[in-house]
Amino acid sequence: MPEPTLKIHGLNAHYGDFQALYGVDMQVSQGEVLAIIGANGAGKTTLMRSITGLLSNGRGQVEYRGEDISGLRADQVATRGLAMVPEGRQLFPSLSVRENLMIGAQVGRKGPWNLKAVYDLFPILEQRKDQASTSLSGGQQQMVAIGRALMANPDLILFDEISLGLAPIIIKDIYDALPGIIGEGMSAIIVEQDISKALSVSSRVYCLQEGRVSLEGDANTVSRDDISRAYFGIE
Amino acid sequence: MNIQDYTVTRTSNAIRVAAILGFIVLVALIAAPYWAGRADLRLMGELFLYLALASLWNLMAGYAGLVSVGQQAFVGFGGYMLFALTMFAGLHPIPAIGTAGLLGALISVPVAFLIFRLRGAYFAIGTWVIAEVFRLSFAQISSLGGGSGSSLPIAIVKSLAGSRGARESLSYWLALGAAVLVVTSVYVFLRSRKGLALTAIRDNELAAGSLGIDIWRTKFVVYVVTSALTAMIGALIFLQKLRISPDAAFSVNDWTAFVIFIVVIGGIGTIEGPIIGTLVFFALRETLADLGTIYLLVLGVVAIVVMLKFPKGVWGFIRQRFDLQIFPLAYRVARRDNKGA
Repeated sequence: MPEPTLKIHGLNAHYGDFQALYGVDMQVSQGEVLAIIGANGAGKTTLMRSITGLLSNGRGQVEYRGEDISGLRADQVATRGLAMVPEGRQLFPSLSVRENLMIGAQVGRKGPWNLKAVYDLFPILEQRKDQASTSLSGGQQQMVAIGRALMANPDLILFDEISLGLAPIIIKDIYDALPGIIGEGMSAIIVEQDISKALSVSSRVYCLQEGRVSLEGDANTVSRDDISRAYFGIE
Repeated sequence: MNIQDYTVTRTSNAIRVAAILGFIVLVALIAAPYWAGRADLRLMGELFLYLALASLWNLMAGYAGLVSVGQQAFVGFGGYMLFALTMFAGLHPIPAIGTAGLLGALISVPVAFLIFRLRGAYFAIGTWVIAEVFRLSFAQISSLGGGSGSSLPIAIVKSLAGSRGARESLSYWLALGAAVLVVTSVYVFLRSRKGLALTAIRDNELAAGSLGIDIWRTKFVVYVVTSALTAMIGALIFLQKLRISPDAAFSVNDWTAFVIFIVVIGGIGTIEGPIIGTLVFFALRETLADLGTIYLLVLGVVAIVVMLKFPKGVWGFIRQRFDLQIFPLAYRVARRDNKGA
């Protein structure tokens, strides 16, 4: 088994006195697509925020390519090749589509992704490139958010609830585009409430429940019963 | 109506007209010492210095989100440095202004480390406290006149230029140059990659951070550069006044309250805002200043009305209503030239 790209070991996360994650262990290998599922409040977004440095962690809890990144700031994590498509898209309303994408390239990493590659993936964005980013439809905004993360040429990309608030047909379009994004050795973590969508594109799945990993398994073999038990916590 | 009839552009006719008009106005202003009276020259010089202060405050508060009410710290610091450098180090006033800027940048570094630990309202209060510390410290320096201040020696004033007329022209040109320098640098900065990052931070700090923008450093750079330029403007202000005292140099009213008024009235977070605001402020001041206290009451009423009716300021209102911008930062959709019609 190859050395994991991302290794999470005994991760605890707190918001003040409230503890959101309890000793989470998780690994992502190079080129692997991981799905993280769980109900509202299970700690999925907290986990994303811990990995990307938006929340600070205890020493040695998050390791990326053999380096301890637990204590780094978000921008320092980003320069090491982790990019996130955040929940709710979080575009910059004063900037145009093209400027939003260019912000993603701020980290200055080399790789296959540039403006042209993003426009090839989502041709509609080229037509809309000079529009204010928030004047786009929800699905197009999500494309901008994905393109913006890709512009950083990450080794590991995190998708946080990319189907949230979008029409099913748009979700299908975006998920159809995913194989073209991942591949070429990029690893991905997909956080979803939509279990079947998440399982369809991933190879391994983790289920979170109240801040703990309640299930870990192969996305193709894990049974529906196991999932509903892990998801809802009922026997 | 066809989509091909439209194009997206940064420029517009308004911008081209404004650029030409702006150039003509600038030439006229440069020539002002040959056509304007002494009092007008002085007034315009003061106007330009206020414009520069307002543009700098706008960059800091409107773009970087650093709402400081203590910029008088750097105005006063720059003024005092001009006096100290010319009187004790024997520098010519003009290089002394540049050196005051450098020293302003230098002193702003430890100040930034201190006050960047504070957020929001606490940051604002913190900057004010720093300014008071500056004022009290300079009041202790007896060689600079202590609490009662000092005047610039005549020999230094005369080293600027021989005749009084030439001195007044020079100080006018310095003020005009400072305003042009500040407005242009703010514009160029915002059009650059760093400016893009700054706008991204203002829009969404969380997303900006996770995209690899170093928020702390970006804000730090803005703070240091703004402080340096504010110190240079401060040196220019007191070169015009020729006399400095701690209360005048570190006046929160003169160098921060009026500046905030200008930016808020004109439109915060726009380059045009401070220009409009400065014109409004001086128009009010020149027409109402004879009324004493009533003048301040009117200023207050204007501020309240503008904040309630046009929360984005005069320029924000104009831009929304007429889709107009003079300094092209944003893109807009424009109709292609009609064939024939």
